[in-house]
Amino acid sequence: MLRTCSAAAAAILLLSGAASAADVKSDTEMAPGISRETLERAVAAAWKGLPPDLAARVVQDETMRICSQYRNQPPQALADAILAREKQTVSYPPDAKYLGDWKAGEKLALSGFGGRMGDNPKQANGGNCYACHQLAPAEISYGTLGPSLAGYGKLKGTTPEAQKEVYERVYNAQAVYACSNMPRFGHNKFLTIDQIRDAVAFLLDPESPVNK
Amino acid sequence: MISGWKALARAVVAAASVTLMSSVAGAQTPAPQAAPEEDADKLLEKYRAMISDPMSNPGYLAVDSGETLWSTARGPKNATLETCDLGKGPGTLDGAYAELPRFFADAGRVMDAESRILWCMETIQGLDTAPLRKKPFASSGGNPATEIEALVAFVANKSNGFKYAARMEHPKEKEMVALGEALFYRRSSVNDFSCQTCHGQEGQRIRLQNLPFFENPKNAQATMGSWPTYRVSQASLRTMQHRIWDCYWQMRMPDVGYASDVTIALAAYLTKKAEGGTIEVPSIKR
Ligand code: HEC
Ligand code: HEC
Repeated sequence: MLRTCSAAAAAILLLSGAASAADVKSDTEMAPGISRETLERAVAAAWKGLPPDLAARVVQDETMRICSQYRNQPPQALADAILAREKQTVSYPPDAKYLGDWKAGEKLALSGFGGRMGDNPKQANGGNCYACHQLAPAEISYGTLGPSLAGYGKLKGTTPEAQKEVYERVYNAQAVYACSNMPRFGHNKFLTIDQIRDAVAFLLDPESPVNK
Repeated sequence: MISGWKALARAVVAAASVTLMSSVAGAQTPAPQAAPEEDADKLLEKYRAMISDPMSNPGYLAVDSGETLWSTARGPKNATLETCDLGKGPGTLDGAYAELPRFFADAGRVMDAESRILWCMETIQGLDTAPLRKKPFASSGGNPATEIEALVAFVANKSNGFKYAARMEHPKEKEMVALGEALFYRRSSVNDFSCQTCHGQEGQRIRLQNLPFFENPKNAQATMGSWPTYRVSQASLRTMQHRIWDCYWQMRMPDVGYASDVTIALAAYLTKKAEGGTIEVPSIKR
C-alpha cells in the first residue's frame, strides 16, 4: 500500500520536475489513513509544555520529514535534494586540518553519553560509534546497525581528499547518503568540529587501533 | 531478603547472558563467566521456572500489591475496582489484557491497560490520578512498583496462557494501529532516530544487545507476550508504557507523555504484530 503511494507521489514529483520543500504537502499519507497533520497533532499532544530547546527536538526538519515519509527510501529527486541541502550545512575546520587525536577519537567512539534526559549537558557528548560499527578489531562489544569499519584507514588511505570525505561523512552522514540511519553529528551540534576531527583520526590514522 | 534478591539477580543475568550470547555469533562474544555448554540448558530451565514462580520472581510482589489495590475500597466513592470494565465486561479480568489496547465507547477512546485502569480509578473510585500520571514509574533500584505499575502487573497476569487477540477492527482501533505505524518511522531529535533505526532489520544489535525486529511475528510475539516484566538491571517491575518511554529516552527525545495517544498507538501497532503470541507475565528480563 505504502509502496504504491510513494511511487505515485514520486511520479508526481518527477512530472512536476521539482523537489523543493513546497512539494511536501501536509496532507501526505504517512501510514494507511494517517495524514501528516494527524501524526503531528498526536506528537504535539504527547510532548507538551516544553522549554524551547527541548520543544525543538520534537519538531522535524525537512530532511527528517522526507525520510520518515519514505521510510528512508526517498525517490531519486528527493534524495538528490537532501544530499544538496545537507552538504551545504557542513562546517569545515578553519585550518582545513581534518585529522585530530585518535586517542580522543577512541574515547568518543566508546562513549554513548549525552543528549538523554538527565545527562549533564556540561559533560561532552560521546559519538557512540561502537553502538553501530565494528572499529578496532580488539573491541568485541560492537553493534551491527552500520557497516564494519575495522581497518577503515587501510581501505580509505590518508590523503587529504580521504580525510575531508570522512570528515564530511561524520559531520553529516546525509550529505553523502540520503536518509542514512547514522546521526548527523555535526549538523545536529551533537559533536563539535574538534570531536569530529578526533573521530576521523581514530578511523584513518595509521597508528590508530582501527588500522592495526 | 534483599541480598537474596541480589543473588537471584545475578543468576538471572547469568542465565539471560547465556541465552543472549548463544544467539550472537558465538566466537566473538566475551566468555560470560562461562558456564560450559551442558550447563546452559540447566540454567535456562531454572530461569524459566523462576519466571513463573511467584516465590522467586520479584515481579510477583507487584502482582500481589496490584491485587490488593484492585479489591480495596478506596477514594471519595469508597469503591473497589472490581466493577472496572477492561473490555470483556465489568469485573471480567481473565483474558482481558490479551485484548488490549481496544476502543472503549464510554471513554470514546482507544485505551491500553494503563489508561483504562486510570480511567476506572477516576470514574469508579473518584480518585485524582494526576499524581500517578506525574510519576507513573518507580525509580530504579528495588523500589516497590507504583500503584499503576502494580495494577497493570495484576491485570496482565490474569491473561497468562492467553494468546494476544487484540483484533483492532473498530475504525478507531485501525486508526490507532496506523498512527503507531507512522510513529514507528518518524525520525526526530538530535540523533535523527526513529524506532526503525534500531528495530528495522532482522538480527541486528546495538553493542552486544540484540534488538527485536517486530516485522518478524516470532519477535513481536516473544516481546509483547513478556511485558510487564521484572527488569533486573533496574530492579523494578516495568510495563510497556515504560519500555516505550525508555526507547524515546534513548532516542534523546524529551519524556513522552504518559498514556498519551503516541504511546497507546505504538503499543497497538506492536500488539497487532504480536497477534497469536502467548502471554506469560510478569517475565524477568535483563
Ligand atoms: C545509529 C547508528 C550509527 C551510529 C551511532 C554511527 N553510525 Fe556510522 N554508519 C551508520 C550506518 C547505518 C552507515 C551506513 C549508511 C551510510 O553510509 O550512511 C554508516 C556509515 C558510516 C561510515 C561510512 C562507511 C563507508 O561505507 O565508507 C563512516 C566512516 C561512519 N559511519 C563513521 C561513524 C563514526 C565515526 C561514528 C561515531 C562518531 C558513527 N559512524 C556512528 C550508522 C551509525
Ligand atoms: C537507539 C536505539 C533504539 C531505538 C531508536 C528504539 N529502541 Fe526499542 N530497544 C532498544 C534496545 C537496546 C532495547 C532492549 C533490548 C533488550 O534489552 O534485549 C529495546 C527494546 C524494545 C522493546 C522491548 C523488547 C523486548 O523483547 O522486551 C520494545 C517493545 C521496543 N524497544 C520498542 C521501541 C519503540 C516503539 C521505539 C520507538 C518509539 C524504539 N523501540 C526505539 C533500542 C532502541
